[in-house]
Amino acid sequence: MDLALILSIFAVAIQAGTSLVYASVGEIFTERSGILNLGVEGIMIMGAVTAFATAYHTGSLAAALAVAVLVGGTLALIHAFLTISLRADQVVSGLAMTIFGTGLAAFLGQRLGPEGKALVGMVGPRFRPVAIPVLSEIPVLGKALFNQDLMVYGMFILVPVASYYIYRTRPGLHLRAVGENPGTADALGIGVYRSRYLYTVFGGMLMALGGAHLSLAYTPGWTEGITGGRGWIAIALVIFALWNPYRALLGALLFGGVNAIQFRLQAAGATIPAPFLNMLPYLFTILVLTLVTIYEKTSKHVGAPAALGLPYVRGERTG
Amino acid sequence: MPLTLERRMEPSRTANLLVPILSIVLALAAGGVLLWLAGVNPIETYRAMLHGAFGSAYAISETLVRATPLMLTGLAVSVAFRMLFWNIGAEGQLAMGAFAASGVALFLPKLMPGISAWLLLPLMLVGGFLGGALWALIPAMLKAFLSVNEIITTLMLNYVAILWIQYLYYGPWKDPLGFGFPGTAPFVDAAWLPRLKDTAWLPQLFNTGRLHWGLALAIVAAIVVWLILDRTRWGYEIKIIGENSRAARYAGISIVRNILLVMILSGGLAGLAGFVQVAGISHRLQQGIAVGDGYTAIIIAWLARLNPFGVLVVALLMAALFVGGDQIQISMGLPAAVAGVLQGAILFCVLGGNFFTLYRVRWTSRRAVAQTEVTG
Repeated sequence: MDLALILSIFAVAIQAGTSLVYASVGEIFTERSGILNLGVEGIMIMGAVTAFATAYHTGSLAAALAVAVLVGGTLALIHAFLTISLRADQVVSGLAMTIFGTGLAAFLGQRLGPEGKALVGMVGPRFRPVAIPVLSEIPVLGKALFNQDLMVYGMFILVPVASYYIYRTRPGLHLRAVGENPGTADALGIGVYRSRYLYTVFGGMLMALGGAHLSLAYTPGWTEGITGGRGWIAIALVIFALWNPYRALLGALLFGGVNAIQFRLQAAGATIPAPFLNMLPYLFTILVLTLVTIYEKTSKHVGAPAALGLPYVRGERTG
Repeated sequence: MPLTLERRMEPSRTANLLVPILSIVLALAAGGVLLWLAGVNPIETYRAMLHGAFGSAYAISETLVRATPLMLTGLAVSVAFRMLFWNIGAEGQLAMGAFAASGVALFLPKLMPGISAWLLLPLMLVGGFLGGALWALIPAMLKAFLSVNEIITTLMLNYVAILWIQYLYYGPWKDPLGFGFPGTAPFVDAAWLPRLKDTAWLPQLFNTGRLHWGLALAIVAAIVVWLILDRTRWGYEIKIIGENSRAARYAGISIVRNILLVMILSGGLAGLAGFVQVAGISHRLQQGIAVGDGYTAIIIAWLARLNPFGVLVVALLMAALFVGGDQIQISMGLPAAVAGVLQGAILFCVLGGNFFTLYRVRWTSRRAVAQTEVTG
């Protein structure tokens, strides 16, 4: 393979991975606080449909992102209320969110188009690549990294900031404490319920932004099932990343790379039938998840936040 | 805070019965608000849905037809959920069951021309069960031997299974006489599950519609699952693992063996749903076999509190929502996706309502609170 081909695959990998990064960083914040949100797929697809509908009707990409953030936050708030205040099973509540979000997005997609008709097939504003003056002229990698859309640049900022916040700041320390040992955190005066609400809602906002990147940049427009399981891949990425934003970025690029290679092969008229190529990301997810699980078992690496998935009740033992 | 929560010693029986009913009412109300916001008359919509699902003998038969695969996938999921194995893969297991049953139906008659339905249909049934069971065994083994998260693996395999059957009916199994229709050639007559209206000894009640003997299979399956879960040692082991896997291990129950066996049963039941769809309805492997029944199954299992007979009832209700949803699409031009929204909303309400079966909310004086804090 020549360099130009590798670079073009790399550029596509970044585009394909962006929605995954937003979603998995959102899930990392949520899980770090001890809440498992399996509704990523549902929240992403709701972000995708509402962002595109807003962009289509207002012509404003900023408004589209604002609406997606609002919708993602609201949906995550439902999950937070059910699991934190009403102590509902986190797994089932997340699954409910995915079913609900997918259904509602399909419903909205058929109503939010012109004059109450379907959105499918409509063309709206989208994020286009914006070359950053000096940086995009860096030889070799410049074009792949710095001739991208604004949401990709947002991702370049999000990952270091999230990582710094989680590992290097006091509120980040509190966040980790709440997820590892809520009883102790509570005794130290950290509001367990409050932070869990906060990070679940914030995580939901990021997931919706991930969905918005799909409908506004990567595959512009609305089609039913636009997320195609990316929400679930994002959850697998969080496990792969050991709850670390940088590793999530790495994993997302890897998946994006699989996507990019798949498109390449399809475009090049490969002899492998398309359905088999389309299976690649899903099979790859299973493979990676298996390897990471084996790795975590054999090394003494600290994995999931200790209190993940357990409701916290002040004065009651958990676990 | 004068409002305190007490964990109930035993889940409240009244709440156990009331919560699902109130949840449905609340979800319909919330869905009504949503419809109203979308500029549609909610009462008219619900009336049209009800009429579409139960308004005539034909409608009832369609609702039962729609309920049949949902009953089987609902049973599949609830068996696995009993031991807290999160099988989200019923959708893919259904697809693989449909694939295996179709394989038998398409190729066996070529080897044995003139094969009787009495032989072919049972073999298709076994094929469907095995197709789903073997597919479910992949995540089961990954979980049992390597503790790989089953939620992700079962879900990822759904996409793989659906792509696999797509490959078949668009590719090597495509009907050469189908004018590009995405599906295999139709099965021979012996591979068709008989319809109830063609069964002479049944009362006239069933003389219309597509209702087939798959419904009886689903009911038998529910009885078998109930017997296994409530009347055998195996069922008892599943229950113990679900309640406390550590205690189960100390009691000498093999978790690995149970994961494998339960997933064979669970995947097999979902595979039967695939068999029922190809043998009873489509009579070929085609687009639209996997339409989300494996996901709806999660709602059904949870609403039914994992009770096999509850699954039958709730599946009927969900089927009514689907058939009613299709009707409003035809008669009112509303998206059928309304059904999915309502189902998700019902599940949310049940989850929230569950709180009141486990906890008692009480108004207490400040002094009493202070006291419980000291002693508690």
